[in-house]
Amino acid sequence: MNETAVARETEAPPAPPIDLGRVRWIGFWTIVLREYGRIIRIWGQTLVPSAVTATLYFVIFGSLIGRRVGQMGGFDYMQYIAPGLIMMSVITNSYANVVSSFFGAKFGKHVEELLVAPLPNWIIVAGYVVGGMVRGIAVGTVVTIVSLLFTHLHVHHVFIIMGAVLLTSMVFSLGGFINAVFAKNFDQVNWIPNFVLTPLTYFGGVFYSISLLPEWAQKLSLANPILHMVNAFRYGFLGVSDVDVVRAFVIMIVAAAVLFTFAVVVMNRGTGIRD
Amino acid sequence: MHALSVRGLTKTYRNGVQALKGIDLDVEEGDFFALLGPNGAGKTTLIGIVTSLVNKTGGQVRVFGYDIDRELEAAKSCIGVVPQELNFNQFETPETIVVNQAGFYGIPRRVARQRAEKYLKQLQLWDKRDKMARGLSGGMKRRLMIARALMHEPRLLILDEPTAGVDIEIRRSMWDFLREINAQGTTIILTTHYLEEAETLCRNIAIIDGGRIAERDRMSSLLRKLHTETFVLNLRNAVSAAPRLDGYAVTLVDDHTLEVEVTREQNLNDIFSRLSALGIEVLSMRNKVNRLEEIFMRLVEGKGANGAAEAAGVNEAAAARRRGGMR
Repeated sequence: MNETAVARETEAPPAPPIDLGRVRWIGFWTIVLREYGRIIRIWGQTLVPSAVTATLYFVIFGSLIGRRVGQMGGFDYMQYIAPGLIMMSVITNSYANVVSSFFGAKFGKHVEELLVAPLPNWIIVAGYVVGGMVRGIAVGTVVTIVSLLFTHLHVHHVFIIMGAVLLTSMVFSLGGFINAVFAKNFDQVNWIPNFVLTPLTYFGGVFYSISLLPEWAQKLSLANPILHMVNAFRYGFLGVSDVDVVRAFVIMIVAAAVLFTFAVVVMNRGTGIRD
Repeated sequence: MHALSVRGLTKTYRNGVQALKGIDLDVEEGDFFALLGPNGAGKTTLIGIVTSLVNKTGGQVRVFGYDIDRELEAAKSCIGVVPQELNFNQFETPETIVVNQAGFYGIPRRVARQRAEKYLKQLQLWDKRDKMARGLSGGMKRRLMIARALMHEPRLLILDEPTAGVDIEIRRSMWDFLREINAQGTTIILTTHYLEEAETLCRNIAIIDGGRIAERDRMSSLLRKLHTETFVLNLRNAVSAAPRLDGYAVTLVDDHTLEVEVTREQNLNDIFSRLSALGIEVLSMRNKVNRLEEIFMRLVEGKGANGAAEAAGVNEAAAARRRGGMR
């Protein structure tokens, strides 16, 4: 090694040869675009099933059973459940997209493409989460269109609708990401959606107002975060809610912040992805 | 300038296996460097730490001066890696895979598409750019990983057994390509079990064994350390016994084949003239094993029982090569 080389070794490292801010920005959008491409490529698995399920719900619960139920919260039953069904599709699809995509990347080892790239973990988390939000909102839009075939949707407050759907899809995308990080096999990918998310969603005020429940059950229901999300969203359409809408937004924001921080911490520790 | 500088690198896995026991290694900028070792020696762990796929236990790693503990993103931006195992999404097309990878390194889409065309053409994958990657042959998949690693035009390219399972024709074309990349200034670190490959391509070499550097030298210097070589001679006519050549160890393999051990002080002309005098005509001759392989085997066999067990994979490979006559 010559003297110049020795001098260079002892100097402070040279400035980065690349603009790391630009790398992060382009890297983030590349992850989002890749996720978008995946959603479109397998549209039969990502976009169609929720539309079919929502149609069945509208036909059976809304049209057939709903006629006998009468009014709920001052609205036709079909009108009442429509926001809940839209939100249910947003929740399940946001979660499913990230958990299957990230676990698939772990399983197929192509997560290494991201791990070797000069992207901080928070960008990787953010990219996958926005990908999950894209699917959640895309499916939510499809289900909204389906619901318009069965009922009239009044818009009470558009920003509350948008805020609730964005935050909810973010929270469940983050949940899906964390599930994928810890999952060691496909059973563990399905465990939380089947045994945690589905019961919470069905007890989350999608199909009923909690005012129908006994007092103890109402109090128990308030511990269910999905109840707050569904009701905030419903408030945006109908102007009625079983919960305080401001508190619902605080719960969603806090949940998103806590889950994002946790996801980045586990990524930094290398849990489930680095030896 | 060191492309890679490693100091006191250690790695102990959760199961207690100590994969690296204090590695010190420098690779100069522009070098074509061979990192060899038997299975389980620690090569892939070392590469994993440098590329941040594995968390280190201790020590320091710098890539072009960037410390991976303090400037990980800058260090990573200098590295392109071709791993041992396939690690791309098999359900995407080659073009999508390489364009996305460029995006992860901050290359704008328009530039990425131009580079995709350049590297996919150079690696003879352009006509497969729209096919699903899982339908590619083994050699094509390996080349796809090389194209992907080059998309951000890294200063340091790390290749972990890039030609494993690739037929000889494609392997040689990959060698030419890697030589060209290296000539353009890219530092290359190569691990391979094909020692002929390392001997042909690399200027410097480190042999890692049992988590430590067993040898670090220029390739030419290392090869000069070899004191004896064994040559296999194919004879025109059958012989019933090994001829006596004073000063040489001669073994009869079969009635048309002899093996002769030759030291650095002896010369082949002497052997040929003596065989001629005995009326034995030699049709052809070859090294029994690759020279680097010979040194490699001596280094990894000159250890305890554990080391010998670790080296078993390479021994098998070497034996297979001897049987198959790869050269």
